[in-house]
Amino acid sequence: MTELFAPENLRFLAEGLGTTLIIAFVSIFFSLIIGTALGVMRTHENPLVKAVAGLYVEVIRNIPNLLIIFAMRFLTPLRAIEAAILAFTIFTSAAVAEIVRGGMASIGHGQWEAARSQGFSYFKTLRYIILPQVFRTMVPPLVGQFVTVVKDTCFVWAIGIEELTGKGMILMGKYTTVPQIFMLFGSIALIYFALNFSLSAFARAQARRLHVGTIA
Amino acid sequence: MEGPFAAFKWLALANDWQVFAEGFGMTLLYTASSFSLALVLGVVSGMISTTRSRFFRVLVRIYVEIFQNTPLVIQIFFLYNGLPYLGLVLPVFAVGALGVGVYHGAYFSEAIRAGIQSVPKGQMEAALSQGLSHWGALRHIVIPQALPTILPPLTNQVIYLVRNTAVMAMVSGGDLMFRSDSWASEHLHYGPAYVVAGLLYFSICFPLSRLARRLERNSTFSQAGAKT
Repeated sequence: MTELFAPENLRFLAEGLGTTLIIAFVSIFFSLIIGTALGVMRTHENPLVKAVAGLYVEVIRNIPNLLIIFAMRFLTPLRAIEAAILAFTIFTSAAVAEIVRGGMASIGHGQWEAARSQGFSYFKTLRYIILPQVFRTMVPPLVGQFVTVVKDTCFVWAIGIEELTGKGMILMGKYTTVPQIFMLFGSIALIYFALNFSLSAFARAQARRLHVGTIA
Repeated sequence: MEGPFAAFKWLALANDWQVFAEGFGMTLLYTASSFSLALVLGVVSGMISTTRSRFFRVLVRIYVEIFQNTPLVIQIFFLYNGLPYLGLVLPVFAVGALGVGVYHGAYFSEAIRAGIQSVPKGQMEAALSQGLSHWGALRHIVIPQALPTILPPLTNQVIYLVRNTAVMAMVSGGDLMFRSDSWASEHLHYGPAYVVAGLLYFSICFPLSRLARRLERNSTFSQAGAKT
């Protein structure tokens, strides 16, 4: 049996961390785009547009993320990693949409009227007037959401993807003593903690700077 | 024609409806027990984090930061796979109640702390000057005013708590997610199993979502009213 922190074990865990980060980053990227569109749709004046986005958010935010992960894995022909990214994009978009909707609600109606009266189109008003202001106040809750995404990537171990948690569990099967097992749990938890604590510390600093609250 | 949602799969599910009913019951039990624990932990630690005792504030901070910044899955695995190495084998139900409860207790704590701190300091000072104890002032003066701020995020947290009980499927917890997933993979009837599980989770969470939205509206009104 090799030593717990042998280079090959560290490489093994690093591979898992790589998978964790890929799933998190790719799904956050797509969720920002789709979630912003959905959030804007929820404040749209056309009731049909509003209802479609509202229905999506209400359905997704009321069922477990793990269920969506299983459904994408076993009901689509996608490979496990693709199914994971799709599932994460589906539920993170709904969360981003809620944050965007909250941000849009904080922008006074006068901003819209002023922009429209100056001849800005609907999309130009969004692009140049509304969204820049919304994004500024959205940074803390969005970063909070990223923490959730990083933490939730563990769920994909349930569909056999060997991300950080999965690799850790596989490694754990090779060791038997109490210190080894606890060291492994501790190290994995510490990696997640370092990642998430930096993110949430950034969110808090940003929140203080902007005098806005974070979403718990 | 054998699609993922073929009629005979629905019939097979209807035949085995007890599997889903039992899972649903377990999920409700996990929800009730972990919610109770989270509420106690959240109220106590949330109130402690507004006291002047630096020691207790730091203690609560450590609790909140550790549990909010590490994954629930790791915490559950630790209770389920780690503790037995110390000779402590918890029944899987206790793993769920304890794991999900302590994790969400950290979020409850933050919601309650933020709510208490949103009440102007003068309220507390006035109450103390009238001879109320710190706890008396919190209980009778500050918390009633903090509730409109606390309740909307707290209700949202309850929705996350319900959704997160599904993590018990990863340790064979017998909950709705576990029962429906194992039924689905046993019969290869994934479609109906996930739809029914989704509807059952939705039936718990949707009323909570409605409640959260109503509370949000009420709190915005009461704050707007207070400003004018």
